[in-house]
Amino acid sequence: MTTTTQLAARASGPATASRRRARRGDLLVRYAFVLPAAVYMVAFFGYPILKNVVMSFQAYDFATFFNGKAPFIGLTNYTATFSDPIFLRALGNTALFTVGSIIGQFVLGMALALYFRKQFPLSGFLRSLLLLPWLLPMIVSAAVWRWILEQDNGVLNRFLEGVGLISEPIPWLVSSDTALLAVIIVNIWLGIPFNVVLLYSGLQSIPDELYEAGQLDGATGWKSFRHITLPMLRPVVSVVLLLGVIYTIKVLDLIIGLTGGGPANATQTLATRSYEMSFIEFDFGQGAALSNILILIALAFAIVYLRANARAAKNG
Amino acid sequence: MTMSSIPGPPGPPGSAASAPRRRLPDRPLSRRALGLGALAVPGLLGLAGCGSDSGSDDPRALRIVDYYNTPADDVAINGTFTKCAEELGLTFSRERVPGDQLIAKVLQMGSSRTLPDLLMLDNPNVQQVAASGALAPLEQYGITTDGLTAPVADLGRYDGTLYGIAPTVNTIALFYDAAALEQAGLAPPTTWDELREAAEALTTKDRYGLAFSAIASYEGTFQFMPFMWSHGGDETDLDGEGVIGASRFWSDLVRDGLVSRSVVNWGQGDVIDQFKAGNVAMVVNGPWNIAGLDADTPDLDWDVVTIPVPEAGTDPIAPLGGEVWTVPVTGDEEKQAKAAELLKAFVAPENQLYMAGERSTIPGDAEAAQEFAREHPELGTFVEQVSTARSRTAQLGPDWPRTAKAIYTANQRVLVDDTDPAEAFDEAARTVS
Repeated sequence: MTTTTQLAARASGPATASRRRARRGDLLVRYAFVLPAAVYMVAFFGYPILKNVVMSFQAYDFATFFNGKAPFIGLTNYTATFSDPIFLRALGNTALFTVGSIIGQFVLGMALALYFRKQFPLSGFLRSLLLLPWLLPMIVSAAVWRWILEQDNGVLNRFLEGVGLISEPIPWLVSSDTALLAVIIVNIWLGIPFNVVLLYSGLQSIPDELYEAGQLDGATGWKSFRHITLPMLRPVVSVVLLLGVIYTIKVLDLIIGLTGGGPANATQTLATRSYEMSFIEFDFGQGAALSNILILIALAFAIVYLRANARAAKNG
Repeated sequence: MTMSSIPGPPGPPGSAASAPRRRLPDRPLSRRALGLGALAVPGLLGLAGCGSDSGSDDPRALRIVDYYNTPADDVAINGTFTKCAEELGLTFSRERVPGDQLIAKVLQMGSSRTLPDLLMLDNPNVQQVAASGALAPLEQYGITTDGLTAPVADLGRYDGTLYGIAPTVNTIALFYDAAALEQAGLAPPTTWDELREAAEALTTKDRYGLAFSAIASYEGTFQFMPFMWSHGGDETDLDGEGVIGASRFWSDLVRDGLVSRSVVNWGQGDVIDQFKAGNVAMVVNGPWNIAGLDADTPDLDWDVVTIPVPEAGTDPIAPLGGEVWTVPVTGDEEKQAKAAELLKAFVAPENQLYMAGERSTIPGDAEAAQEFAREHPELGTFVEQVSTARSRTAQLGPDWPRTAKAIYTANQRVLVDDTDPAEAFDEAARTVS
């Protein structure tokens, strides 16, 4: 440590010319540090997105991979997408899936975070157990939940029947009335750890004095939550919700693993539809058009997120 | 990071040939011999891999890509290639891709101009790949379809030209719990009425009478084909009474509780698992399950019959499954010719018999299939079913996948939402027109 500070001190010598030189060198060094990240971003994020945009204006199909021919066809892929009857359904499902998942994850995550704020024996251990869904590969979770939600022999239906809550097994994954709900329930389960971790650390940073002062003024229970916890937690809440939306809107593997978008397109979302277009129907052009629409929607939320962040930084 | 990690000088070409020679017996291997073979194969593979990596310019070193990953498949395929390559003085390296990733891999190899010298494809994909110009016509290399039944030959044909050849094929039939059927005093069903009757008799509180796969994937369509074709339905006439009637037969079975509604989310693997677990008394499935049934449920007294038909006396028409071998256009004429030479030897009837026995599939050659039925009576039903089976792509060619998707989507609507089959298939016909 000492050597570096001495070196730094010597580098910023008194002579102005050398200082200017040093500053230019400094600048170069700074750019050099940014360069790897910039190259990485351009190569692994910029190029694929650009390629995806270009592809969405091309007739890019199975044969393209062999003969390299992908003629430009203007907006055909987009008009085909918008006139596809499944598109509207997928759009609606995406909205329901996202909103339902986010509300469930957030409410349960908040409840658990508040619960774990109280110190009790084994609370640390239990909190780490909560992270389990996060550690499992998504496709494993999907396979296990398929068994749990199985209509005739699934654990969930057997349990509900056992305690007398239902008399007929619920066709979780095999009825178009319940499949989307079932998928949302599983996604809520998957998203709880993310919400608990962020909200819990947010709660930790609220000073206890505020609650003590509130108590003197008679703010306890719900009142202290409403007037102390929520306002203090607002920045964390907005991060949790917006990141949650961006993650949830593009969930693919979970739905593919649980229902494959079925039954009868009941759980088809923009992400699964785009996957299906590209890798089952081999219409990569239209698949790209669909995923661009998805990117635009996610981008809108990302901009809201970035602006909220900037505002928070200014105020903070 | 040490110097030792730098590869040494390339080994002599054809180093795989120096491995101990292993001759295949004419008759299927005994269990013991199979075990020994399995031990030898990794060694052979390793040698073959070295041989080709170090000498990819060697016209005698061929690259092969397929998806045979299960031990039984892998040993049979590798053993046959090893034998043929040795006889022809060739070497090969095989890359095994997970089944569901093969097409993505083929697309990737196509765009990077790294297609292998021999490529295995699932038969419904052949025409699409052939249509894109990636495959070499085989007749110029003296490969013919002589001896194959017409539908088996069709599997590798696109636009009248032969691009691929299937050494063995499979299809689906009806597996049933023989003890349960006997207890109910019923003979194995042969007609739709009998199938329904048996399903009713075998359905109990804890067991469904029948199951098939109606999942939203090509498997769901594959399993629907025997019902659709045997009922006079045709893939070019989706809103015809033949197709609609078959869908209605399925739908009635589900509506009446003889078939679980969960079949809309069951793949063929799930279906056989339900059969093994005793949750279903009869299932539609293929011969590839036989080894697993014997191993996992030795006490289950199962048997198999051809898929029941609408009217007594008509032939059941099932879809042909199985993989087709092709020679991709790599630009290296000499290597393509060598690959074709290897392929020709690989699909010879005696090799078909060996591979069919090891892999519980049916030889594509009509005569070999008859001999096979005599040697393997337990697969007799499948030999019979194959003799009347049909290729899925013979009529529609590269358009088949789109139609296949329309069919499973329509069936999902029928089975999930109780949509009238006429309405669902009317829309299916419109989406493919």
